[in-house]
Amino acid sequence: MTRLRSFGFWSLVVAILTYMTLPTLVVLMTSVNPTEILAFPPEGVSFAWYEKALTYPDFQSAFKNGLIVTSLASTAALIVGSAFAWLVYRYSFRGRGVLEAVLWSPLIIPHFTLGFGFLLLGGAFKLQQGYAMIVLAHMVLVMPFVTRAVYVSLAAIDPDLARAAANLGASPFHVLTRIELPLVLPGMAGGWLIAAVLSLTEFTASLYVTGSRTQTLPVAMYNYIREYADPTVSAVSAMLIITTTLIMFIADRAFGLRRVLAIDTH
Amino acid sequence: MNATSPAPAAVELVRVRKEFGSAVGVADVSLKIGQGEFLTLLGPSGCGKSTLLGMIAGFLTPTAGKIVVDGVDITDVEPYRRDIGMVFQSYALFPHMNVFDNIAFGLRMRKLPKADIAVEVRRAIAMMKLEGFEERRVSQLSGGQRQRVALARAIVIRPKVLLLDEPLSALDKNLRAQMQVELSELHRKTGLTTIFVTHDQGEALSLSDRIVVMNRGEVQQVAAPVELYRTPANGFVASFIGEINALPVARYERAGAEAALVLPGAGRLSAAAPAHWDFTHGVEVRAFLRPEHVRPARPGEQGPNILRGVVAAHIYQGSHTITRVEMEGLGLIETRVTGADIVGTHPVGAPIALVFDLGEAVLLAAR
Repeated sequence: MTRLRSFGFWSLVVAILTYMTLPTLVVLMTSVNPTEILAFPPEGVSFAWYEKALTYPDFQSAFKNGLIVTSLASTAALIVGSAFAWLVYRYSFRGRGVLEAVLWSPLIIPHFTLGFGFLLLGGAFKLQQGYAMIVLAHMVLVMPFVTRAVYVSLAAIDPDLARAAANLGASPFHVLTRIELPLVLPGMAGGWLIAAVLSLTEFTASLYVTGSRTQTLPVAMYNYIREYADPTVSAVSAMLIITTTLIMFIADRAFGLRRVLAIDTH
Repeated sequence: MNATSPAPAAVELVRVRKEFGSAVGVADVSLKIGQGEFLTLLGPSGCGKSTLLGMIAGFLTPTAGKIVVDGVDITDVEPYRRDIGMVFQSYALFPHMNVFDNIAFGLRMRKLPKADIAVEVRRAIAMMKLEGFEERRVSQLSGGQRQRVALARAIVIRPKVLLLDEPLSALDKNLRAQMQVELSELHRKTGLTTIFVTHDQGEALSLSDRIVVMNRGEVQQVAAPVELYRTPANGFVASFIGEINALPVARYERAGAEAALVLPGAGRLSAAAPAHWDFTHGVEVRAFLRPEHVRPARPGEQGPNILRGVVAAHIYQGSHTITRVEMEGLGLIETRVTGADIVGTHPVGAPIALVFDLGEAVLLAAR
């Protein structure tokens, strides 16, 4: 009976894992296909498409664009989101609920709608397809995640710590800089990282607000695949996944990302 | 420390009041705490003792009244300018600092020279027997060690007053007893005026110079432990401090030096009246009698103050046994006897005669 149950359990685990990773595995496998078609299963192993991906000018500039947009957007989101999390954590004020709802709204409103809205706004302010508009759009999209990460780590701070510090002679400024900030730093780092990853791989909204000069990597990949059907995009995907995994792994080691994202309660 | 006239006041509370909306957390409490005194605020949870402590520390602003420390009104002074040390129930040690930095925090905030800080911290570490733990993280410490760090951190700033908010409640029983001794020693060594908050009457009785019993935001009685135990001011204090049998309302009779209680449906108890029993003949009173002042009658014993009942339960406690006796007109009465013999001589359900030492009872006018 227990063996049967354990067999059932493991079958379920394998099924879920397969379901979750199969699409990615397919893409990864096609990236090493030596022939010029996106075929599955692959007919051999070659890294030619990786070389092409790295040397293709559109991808190069798109990657650079992506880095600029991502670093600006996620840093801006970190600053604004942290300040907001702090406000909500520290003070209760009229309209706090509304402010919170607005902040969470990017989770509910489709990226499509946001991207379209920013496109129209960009037209109105003559900012269409410029970096400013892209950064602004990405910032709005990633802000809920940053705010949440910072808020969770703020809320995890024992309120007696601030009292204890004050009791020992720390002014509100010192309570902030010596106690609260150091304790919330891992949360801020984690939030920034999530924002960066989301921004780097965001496609739907980016499609509306970027132009050929300012397109980010996912948009460039989409444009590429509309014209060519070779495995270059698979190679780009593979490299993006590997890079992101590496960053996440390092971040977890450095900041305890699991704790920050409240995945692990220990 | 004399219970009625403490040394010059280190802390004075003048009609301190705290309201939370329409609820009264602390109702006009006035208290003088002597220099070097160990004063305990004792009461059930929600009695206002922690609120009072919070106001002294400056985390809460009184609705009315004032708080004076060393002759200075600090009611409106920010908490970080008060020079009052505090040990929190959760200890509130800074998790991102090691033991040394935790203890040094208050001195660094006071901008002491680095060399002086090192000296002071070492002294506090030595006093709290924390040598060798300087570099440890808070998470690597046991409960008792955290407690010591919290104490060291609070005393190293040489506070005017030391506040202890249920600091022993998170420890297991053995450690609690040990820390009780250490707290007592620390108080003796430092001579710090200490305000200790607890709901544990045992801790309060063993540690305090004086105890303030609180209930529903009001002070019920302020007295030295022995006085509190022997002469509680009212029914609440009587039942909160130690075990006590509350007898039903009775008629007080006085004939010369002898006083008697007529308990309806139970009988009559009498004693040579202690001097402070100044009730008038015929008035209604309630008597409170501790289990150690009720004993089983010896076989064939005759005399006054013997009432009969049936054994309802035995609670064996090692050195002694608490026996609950169902008595007509009195309800359940507890008697405390040494050893466990009574379990054999008077099994549950057996009849038993109890001798009431009425002279030891606390008598309060029935309202």
